Amino acid sequence: MRSTSQGLPAGGRRGLLRLLGAISASILAILLVAAPASQATSPSPTPSPSNQTFQNNISGFLRDDTRAPLADVTITAKSGDFTGTAKSSANGSWSIGVPEQGTYTVELDESTLPEGITLAEGQENPRDVTFSQTSNLSVIFAFGKGIVVQEQDFGQNLLNRLVAGLSFGLLLALASVGLSLIFGTTGLTNFAHGEMVTLGAVLVFAFNAIGLPFWLAIVLSLLGGGLFGYVQDRGLWRPLRRRGTSLVPMMIVSIGLALAVRYVIQFFFGGATQQLPFAQSPEIQLGPVSISPNNLWSLGISAVVIALIGIVLLKTRLGKATRAVADNPALAAASGIDVDGVVRLVWITGGMLASLGGILWAYYRPGVTFDMGSAILLLIFAGVTLGGLGTVFGALIGSIIVGIFVELTTVFGLAADLKYVGALFIMIVVLLFRPQGILGRRERVG
Amino acid sequence: MDFGFILASAATEIFSPTTAAYALAALGLAVHFGYSGLLNFGQAGFMAVGAYGFAISTLSFGVPFFVGLLIAVIASAIFALLLGIPTLRLRADYLAIVTIAAAEIVRYIVTTNQLTSVTGSANGLAAFEGGFYSMNPFPEGSYFGMNNRDFFIRVVGWALVVICCTLVWLLMRSPWGRVLKGIREDENAVRSLGKNVYAYKMQALIIGGVLGALAGMVFTLPRGAVQPANYGTELTFFLYTCLLLGGMATVLGPVIGAMIFWVVLSLTQGILYGLIESGAVTWLNTVQAGQLRYILVGVALMLLMIFRPQGVFGNKKELAFA
Repeated sequence: MRSTSQGLPAGGRRGLLRLLGAISASILAILLVAAPASQATSPSPTPSPSNQTFQNNISGFLRDDTRAPLADVTITAKSGDFTGTAKSSANGSWSIGVPEQGTYTVELDESTLPEGITLAEGQENPRDVTFSQTSNLSVIFAFGKGIVVQEQDFGQNLLNRLVAGLSFGLLLALASVGLSLIFGTTGLTNFAHGEMVTLGAVLVFAFNAIGLPFWLAIVLSLLGGGLFGYVQDRGLWRPLRRRGTSLVPMMIVSIGLALAVRYVIQFFFGGATQQLPFAQSPEIQLGPVSISPNNLWSLGISAVVIALIGIVLLKTRLGKATRAVADNPALAAASGIDVDGVVRLVWITGGMLASLGGILWAYYRPGVTFDMGSAILLLIFAGVTLGGLGTVFGALIGSIIVGIFVELTTVFGLAADLKYVGALFIMIVVLLFRPQGILGRRERVG
Repeated sequence: MDFGFILASAATEIFSPTTAAYALAALGLAVHFGYSGLLNFGQAGFMAVGAYGFAISTLSFGVPFFVGLLIAVIASAIFALLLGIPTLRLRADYLAIVTIAAAEIVRYIVTTNQLTSVTGSANGLAAFEGGFYSMNPFPEGSYFGMNNRDFFIRVVGWALVVICCTLVWLLMRSPWGRVLKGIREDENAVRSLGKNVYAYKMQALIIGGVLGALAGMVFTLPRGAVQPANYGTELTFFLYTCLLLGGMATVLGPVIGAMIFWVVLSLTQGILYGLIESGAVTWLNTVQAGQLRYILVGVALMLLMIFRPQGVFGNKKELAFA
């Protein structure tokens, strides 16, 4: 580790001022970029033709046993003198505004159901529902021909979870490849990477909310992610590297940045969960696997992007330069490689990859929240550590293992709310027996 | 805007039990990071182990207060051992990732619905503080504007802070503490002198972890409830902010840092709410004002680390990262 400079010469002081300015500028930039989201936080994703004047809602989605939406079904909620009615919209959603939280009798008018659709056996109708401290209460009606709960055999379930896990692992890999590249070239363990993931999804939501077409929103979000990476490197990390700040302080600075950016996003975006367009999609049957089209897209997009990154790293001069910097920055600089240029490019690429990962993560969950990135930050770390810190292909393999592991543990009886524990636990176990990770070299670990 | 009220409520934060809890936990971090150079990012996990260890042993097994206290301390020592065995041989950044992961594992386990009967899942546990308040020697009445319960928890919390600070001060000026600082400066040099570096690090990890567990109990007792959402990774980061504010390799630094942290949070909240109520600020609502404070915490952590890493009281020569 290098030592921090003790005294500050005049030039250093000016540099510090510039650094201070750069930090506030980057925060400001985030504020500006995130600003449009503030106008779009309150409306619910699909307003239905019900009385929306009340604070509290009883709502739900109506879908038949093939998960296709059921439109124009009448539902009423009654409590004392109050009666509210709603019709389900084209995507099956319905919402009834109610004056106060309490117990309501909700009834679905079975005569308005489409032909051939009946409520599943054992579905109480009408039924009494009670609010529990939240302003929204969801009521689920299940439909089907005498099926109460959809039963899947074990092999089918295993296969489905395996594919879903692969899709999840690849989207984790998008983020962790960026993190690993940054770690490899600069040595920084970037705790703010989760916020770069969140930013991607939040930007798509914001740009879409101000009326831009979906594809443009995605393109702008990717550019925004790249810009955020560039601004971070230019305004914060490069000056710190110039000062010779060692790695542990930089890690703590990245924690401060993560906190600041997370709450800046919450400041504008709010605490609610929002949905991106096309977030609801019925699952389709693809050979023996049932998968939602969104997951399938996610799988394809991340596989192609990661393959591209791999080709660039292995086959081009730029990739060679990146690997050289990751291996030994001083030697790379001595042989004529523009180290700062490579690092800048790595930050931009890392930001774009994280953005893309964030968009796909918003579809995988599904939903956009201000803390969605920090929720998977540790899984990203787990993937990177499993594969070996600083190795790009290790990060890819590690992330896929983490993704599949997270999904498969639920098949083998681990409760769904513990599924991340398994992944974190195997990371600790791997560090115990093979601290350099799967593809890491032994001497990298102190 | 009532400045008198804002200042008064900020001043009460100086000696609030939460500040005492933050001071204790940050003191534990000073032992880990400031004195030994161990980058523990899982202090929230130690606090959760302390709080839940005490609450579960009191509620599920009905043990008396001091037995519950002992169980919480032992549980945190075991947690430190479990964490230390695989990770203390690793590089600093690996230790950081493993400790943060372990703290999250603790939080997921106490949140899961599978263990609702023991941990109360997301709602947490409550009504375990009876044994503590039944020992209250102060008769009912007003003490400096507080009732006897509030006064008792403050006295106990801050007495604990004073005792722990004295202990840490004595430990760090002992030969044991000098070896620890030596490990922070140059591990290999200390090893070549024949010291068992691993054992020293493990002892430091356990001592700091026990301080964290005590902090967890001081944190939950006045609330009368323990909830998993309070023990997320952000708690650890706030503790680091306190530690870096005061100075990481000092005994009083974490305490003063915790006081500054809470006074500044209270002041900014009071001023922002006052500005919003008086109509001077219209581009904020009170929820956003709360978030603005945490943005400030993040920016403060960055600026501290960049411009004054030794904190208010620290000595630049005594940094865990030279």
